[in-house]
Formats: sequence, structure tokens, C-alpha cells
Amino acid sequence: MTYFGYVKNDFKFKHIVNYVIVGAALILFTVLQLVGAIPRSTSYLLTQISYSIILSVSLNLVVGFLGELSLGHAGFMCAGAYIGCYFGGILSEYIGSKLLVLIISMLIGGIVAAVFGLIVGLPALRLKGDYLAIVTLAFGEIVRNLCKNVPWFGKSLGLSTKTYGVKLFIVGFAVILIMLILLQNLIRSKHGRAITAIRDNEIAARAMGINVTYYKLFVFVFSAFFAGVAGVLYGNYATPVLYSFFSYNYSIEILVMVVLGGMGNITGSIISATLITIANFILTTKLSGDLAAIKNLVYALILMVVVIFNNAPALQSFKEKFSFAALNDRLMEKKRAKNPEKFAADIRNDSAQWSRIPTKISMDEILSTDVVSNEGIRDEGDKPSAK
Amino acid sequence: MSYMLETNNLGISFGGLKAVQDVNLKIEKNCLYGLIGPNGAGKTTLFNMLTGVYKPTTGSFSLDGENLTGLSQETINHKGIARTFQNIRLFNNMSVIRNVLVGLHNQPDFKCNPFVSMIHAKRHYENESNMRNRAKELLRIFDLEEERNNLACNLPYGKQRKLEIARALATNPKLLLLDEPAAGMNPQETAELMDTIRFIRDEFDLTVLLIEHDMSLVSGICDEITVLNFGTVLDHGSTRSVLANPEVIKAYLGD
Repeated sequence: MTYFGYVKNDFKFKHIVNYVIVGAALILFTVLQLVGAIPRSTSYLLTQISYSIILSVSLNLVVGFLGELSLGHAGFMCAGAYIGCYFGGILSEYIGSKLLVLIISMLIGGIVAAVFGLIVGLPALRLKGDYLAIVTLAFGEIVRNLCKNVPWFGKSLGLSTKTYGVKLFIVGFAVILIMLILLQNLIRSKHGRAITAIRDNEIAARAMGINVTYYKLFVFVFSAFFAGVAGVLYGNYATPVLYSFFSYNYSIEILVMVVLGGMGNITGSIISATLITIANFILTTKLSGDLAAIKNLVYALILMVVVIFNNAPALQSFKEKFSFAALNDRLMEKKRAKNPEKFAADIRNDSAQWSRIPTKISMDEILSTDVVSNEGIRDEGDKPSAK
Repeated sequence: MSYMLETNNLGISFGGLKAVQDVNLKIEKNCLYGLIGPNGAGKTTLFNMLTGVYKPTTGSFSLDGENLTGLSQETINHKGIARTFQNIRLFNNMSVIRNVLVGLHNQPDFKCNPFVSMIHAKRHYENESNMRNRAKELLRIFDLEEERNNLACNLPYGKQRKLEIARALATNPKLLLLDEPAAGMNPQETAELMDTIRFIRDEFDLTVLLIEHDMSLVSGICDEITVLNFGTVLDHGSTRSVLANPEVIKAYLGD
């Protein structure tokens, strides 16, 4: 994919697009909310969208940038939701400000989820690919059932929480913005480079002295933290917090958002999380009563159609012509033609090289991430047997 | 006299197969040391032991007097052994300069906490531009500076090999292990590579241990060589005497 000898799509400002999208949404909907132009149901939809975006972007860091398949994201969310909201309930008796309580409980929920991430990560990150997926899947179920059986959390009736009200989505979008700043800065630094190096070639990354375990754990904990925060947002939106919501189906749904949006593509994750949440919301509201049975069928059909059309050659070529990166490319080409010295395609900010992150890894490839490394070991002989 | 790399009866067995056994290497500082042998003799396995990919089952090895046996790959790299791979292992989806930047990751001059990076503090920007300058210097040695924004996988084979050496050098090693550096190069490129290896040895004060099948390169630059055959040392000594040994010729060409 070179372009006159340079890396194509050396789009320096891709991260800014994300800030603009989320920032614009935040300002627009906040203003609309303050004038009272947003109906109650829409504000709830916006809340759902905000925590879905947090979940999908944070999972994208693990699946897309680090290249490890985690199926336990709903588990981290569950831990954050139960414990954050439980403490939120206690705190609300002492602190008057609802917002302050929400922020503190989000921090508590996030930290608890991060600790869970550390506990799971330490043993699990020795595993790869399918095996890691199985362990994280099991972890999600364990956390969910643990929360179901803790007496303070209301057992199977669920933990009844105080809802924050219609303005919750404003907090949600603000959290997305903060998360994007931290996450994109991390990716665009030397640490992000190390993380993508691990995904590209773990053996070489190790040989270059990169502490693979440290970075895997770091990414795992970082994404678990934000899953916990999203859990607290969910808990402040839905009462009671039911353990059944955090089933592995929900983990898969988050993964679907990531895969649909493109691995390692943050803008894609934001957009696909939004669209899938809206689709779910519409299906749930329109298909009530007897029709509820076909909801999953329609949902599956929509997903299939989106995946097929997303890979259609016509849409691909349309994207190549009219994406931000392509427009930037054309602009840079013109500038280069005029002044080749100044715009010598020196990519100052290519630390993550967003555009080069493969955005169309098929499910097949994700599920067999260990094949690559196994081959690597195979062609250098077998591992020594333990004595 | 202390040696840069010293191995004592180093060996490894996979199940019942003794892949490498009783290897005793003594490599002096600043030496260009060759490791040759027929296919399957255990040369790459030896490299894998020296870099921590495999844990030796017998024996030990030490770098500059410090015992490194059984340490992890990362730690061994921090202690000063860097390597290239026989089947090139670049970060293919990254640009050339980023490959070198990954190599610079652990250098003490460029330490930067992840949390500092997360808020893109001033230190982060200083760090990045310093790293970039150092990476460009390294690329200049290998004549790759012009291609620094190309994808690594788009480089021709010979340049990919050079980039791997540049990336290994970025980790600031004391001992550089080169696994068939001239494979896939034409005679002219090989000659250039010989000059480059000599140059980096002097410039970076390195000791180089290389595996090579190209005898013109081996006899051209190696001070000493060791011949491995079926996992054991067949002969070692100065290049001229070893290559004249009839046993060695027999191992390579058969009876």
C-alpha cells in the first residue's frame, strides 16, 4: 500500500476526528437537553450509547491493538457496576451532590474492575488466543455468579440503585472524551508502539527487550478500569442491576461492536457501538409482545447485511476515495508537488500509525492468534520438555 | 583474561534428542566470531539458548563475567545480547523508522512512564524527538534513512536484513548475534555487508557472533570460528586453520 514510495494514508490527525465527533455530540446534546428538546426515551438511548462506546473502545485496545481476544469484558463491567453502585448508595447518604457521588462511585467501580483485571491478567496472560478467550469467558461468568450470591447485592432480585436521571448521558460523554484522550495519547506514545509491536511479532518484541507481560497486563488493567466505569454508568441508568444482564452474550455483543468497527480503529468502534445500540433500542421498542421473539433474528440479519456490505468492493473504493485520510492524502500530494522539500512525508506523529493497523481481520484470524506464534516456535524446533 | 561470552558445557535436549551438547565457546571482546556447520547442526538452537528463547538443560553461559543462564528474553536483552533472526522477524505493519524506535524502547535515556505518556506531557515530546534523531542516525549507517517512512514489509530482502541489524543495534548491545545476515544477498551486497559489520564493530565497540553459510563472508571477516556438527563442536580456532581441516570439509561435503 505505498503511494509514491510513501506510506499511504499518513493521516496525522485521525485521533482528532474522534475528539471532534465525541465533543460535538457532547455539546449538541447537552444544549438540546438544557433547552428540553430531548425526550426522556432519547436521553436513555444516549446513556446506553455512551456506555456502549466506552466498552467497545476499551475492548478495542485489548483486541485490536494488543491482539489478544478477551471475552470477559462484561465481567469487568459487572464487578464495576455492583461494587461501584453499592458504594454509591452508601455515599449518597453522606454527600448531597449527586454528581460527586456518581464520580466517586465511577472511580471506585473502575478501580475494583482494574483490580479484577490484574487478578485475571496475572495467570491468564501466559495463555494465548483461544485459551485466553476461554479463561476470560469463564472469568466473566464467575464474577457474575459471585455478584448474584453476595447477600448485600440483593441476590437474584438484583441490586436496587438510585438512578441519576436524564442527564446521565452528559457525564457518559464526558467520560468518553477523557478516556479517548488517555487512550489515544497512550497509543501514540512509545508505549503504544511497544503494544502494537507485541501484536505484530511477539517473539521479535521480546528479543528487543520489550517487557511483554508488563504491557499485556497494563492494557488489560487499563481496559478493565473503563469497563468498570461503564458498569457504574449502567448501574445509574438501570435499576435494579441484574446479574443476568452481564452474561457472556453481552461480552460477545461488545466484541461484535469492535469487529464491526474494525480492529484497532477507534472511530470505527465509536460508530459501530452507536449504530448497534440504536438498532437494539429500536428493535426492543418496536418489536414488543409476540413479536419480541423475532428480535434476535432481525438483529442477526442486520449484522450479516452490515458485514457483507461493509466488505463490498464498491463501498471499499468509495471509502478509499472519500475518507478523511484520503482527502488528507490528496491535499498532502498537492502540497508535496508544490514544495517537495518541506512536505517530505516525514510523519512526525506516526507512533501508532493508525492507518496501517489491519482493519479487516476476519473472525478466523482473531480466533487463531496463537497460530502465528506457534509457527514461529515450530520452525526453530520444539520447546524443551520439562524434566 | 575475561571473555565477552563464555559458555560452559552448554547443551539442550528436546525429550530424548540432544540438539546441542557440550558447547564451550570463549569469545574475546571485539572479536568477530563465526559459527558454521551443516543444516540442522544446532546453530540457531544455540542462538536461541543464548537469547533466552530456550532454557539450556545443561551447562551455563556468561556475558562479560555475568552469568545469564535461565534468564528471560527481555532480561538477557537488557544485559546486552541482541540478535537478528534467520527468518526475518520485522514488525511488518510498521514503518522502517518505527521498527528502530521499538528497539530504542528500553534505552535509559528515553525512559518515560506510561502515565506521563497518557497526558502527553512535555517530557513525552522531548523524548519522542530524541528517539527519532537517534533512530535516524542508526538508519543512516545502514543507508536506510531515505526509506524510513516505508513499510518494513515493502523493503527488498537485503534491506530487511539490514533493518533487522539496525533494530538490534538500537538496543545498545555488548554482543550482537547475527543469524545468517547475508542470506538472500547478492555478492556485491554481501561485500557491503562485510564492511558494515566491521564498521559497527568498531563504532559501537561490539562483539559479534554470526552464523553464516556464505564462506566468502566467513573467511573474509571472521577472526575465529567454531564448527558445529550434530550438536557438538567439531573444531574451533582461527578461521584459516579450521577451514583447512579435512574433518570440517567432510562434514560439509560428505565423503
